[in-house]
Amino acid sequence: MDWTALSVSLRLAGLTCLLLLPVGLWLGRALALSRFRGRALCEALVALPLVMPPTVLGFYLMQAFGVQAPFGAAWQSLTGGGLNFTFTGILLASLVANLPFAVQPIQRAFETIPPNLREAAWCSGLSPTQTLLRIELPLVWPGLVSALALTFAHTLGEFGVILMVGGAIDGETRTLAIAIYDRVQAFDESGAAVMSAMLLLVSFLTIGVVYGLAGRRRWRRG
Amino acid sequence: MAESMQAVGPGASGEGLAVSLHQPGPIPLAADFHCEAGELLALVGPSGSGKTTLLRAIAGLYRPASGIIRCAGETWFDASAGRSRPPQRRQVGLVFQDYALFPHLTARGNVMVALDHLPAAERRRAADRWLARVRLDGLAERHPAALSGGQRQRVALARALARNPRVLLLDEPFSAVDQVTRRRLQRELALLRDEIRIPIVLVTHDLDEAAALADRLCVLHAGRSLQQAPAETLFRRPASPAVARLLDRHNVFTGRVVDDAAGRRLQWGPWRLEVTHGLEGLSPGQRISWYLPPSDVVLHRRGRPSRGERENPVAGRVVEMAVLGGITYLALAFDHCDDTLRFELSTHAARRNGLARGERVGVSLLASGIHLMPDAADPLHAPPDR
Repeated sequence: MDWTALSVSLRLAGLTCLLLLPVGLWLGRALALSRFRGRALCEALVALPLVMPPTVLGFYLMQAFGVQAPFGAAWQSLTGGGLNFTFTGILLASLVANLPFAVQPIQRAFETIPPNLREAAWCSGLSPTQTLLRIELPLVWPGLVSALALTFAHTLGEFGVILMVGGAIDGETRTLAIAIYDRVQAFDESGAAVMSAMLLLVSFLTIGVVYGLAGRRRWRRG
Repeated sequence: MAESMQAVGPGASGEGLAVSLHQPGPIPLAADFHCEAGELLALVGPSGSGKTTLLRAIAGLYRPASGIIRCAGETWFDASAGRSRPPQRRQVGLVFQDYALFPHLTARGNVMVALDHLPAAERRRAADRWLARVRLDGLAERHPAALSGGQRQRVALARALARNPRVLLLDEPFSAVDQVTRRRLQRELALLRDEIRIPIVLVTHDLDEAAALADRLCVLHAGRSLQQAPAETLFRRPASPAVARLLDRHNVFTGRVVDDAAGRRLQWGPWRLEVTHGLEGLSPGQRISWYLPPSDVVLHRRGRPSRGERENPVAGRVVEMAVLGGITYLALAFDHCDDTLRFELSTHAARRNGLARGERVGVSLLASGIHLMPDAADPLHAPPDR
């Protein structure tokens, strides 16, 4: 059992969730509520990682992270380090790859709030911020939880993108999914089986927690 | 208590609500109305007449291109000065058509949202007091999904009132409940009116409801306010044929002013009708629209002349006769015009007089009921689609 790989995986998934949550909330709400020019384009861009083959996405990210590319160069001059084959690199890649999983459930949840609920809150004296905290967030809670769960589970299982950007550096970019692949390549099927079972268990627990949390909505039915 | 705080429009004192909103589009508006404190004004009109838009504008949820809204001596909206208070600072109680209750909060929680102006310790008790006032005591812990339509409407009302609003706005508040509940809620609104001294604006497309509940009705069409008056006045003296049509009044005809030996008369087909009021100011030869309430049509008894028969007797042919329980609805056609004269009488009177389709009958048009509508420029280009 590769505990280091498990720890890299969990760290990656946890940080991806943490960083994508505010992005997903802001972007999901904006896409659900406002009608602006280029909204369809924006939605298409968010959904793109969903339909792209992971290796293709990983390839483009690897290119962008390289020091010859503008993004990679800018990163280099800002932080003094590169992105390819680093944990930060796979974290950034994971943020991009998981954007649709974080945004879409939150957007759908905001879309189900009737607009006059927000207006009723304003007429009751709540400021826009209070309305978000006291009315909107409790109502999008299930969407929020499922966004987090999908992002977490998907990051645990991500393979193509991580491999392209990060390779398989022990303790840095070798996630559990990649470690399993390495075991199989080395004909260590029992090692692969243990780790696969571990990944299965963690994924199952995540989904279980999610449905437990999202299901606690007494008010849906009387 | 309100020492005259600068007039806010025709007829509105400082305490009341005065609204004047105008814009060519996208939703055309040309509405001017006012509502005094303690008064209930009904905005009536067909769907798409801008009723709800006006209500939303008062609440601050919609901003028209031009106009002024003043309430309780404060200016809430003044397009020319670029001022518009947000809904949070207008203190309106708005009951939405579908109530817009917060589904994740209990009845008490819904009311407490509107009680942020009280110290935290008092909110719960205040919310329970409001719930008791709309007769929902004991249901404070229920979520909206577990309440009936009528109970939800009461929670919405309690939430609207909890904020101590300066104006209460009701958007079709009785449309989503069954008829029995509707009557009960209407009765409770009538009682509530005695307790709260603020302007109440009710939006409805139900004329009977408006007539029963409101002190005055404001008739709207395509965003334009056509007439404001108590129901009785509107139904007997509509300002124009358009208003009469919108109020589902028939009996609008056109005639001509004539002078003869007996005095000034209204020529209508072969008949010269006597009219109690309104002919004095008109000039002979003028064409004019006129209206007669159905209650002012008196049937001549067959073979038994009565005293009313000398008053504007006319004769027509029964073209429609509908018996609805104790009341029979009749329509008479005349040779000289396409419009029919509609009126009703008790079914036993219709039977006694042997009325039937195709029969010729005589009726008197009461002179005091004939309402003249001079130069009523028809503001509706087309008849309302109903």
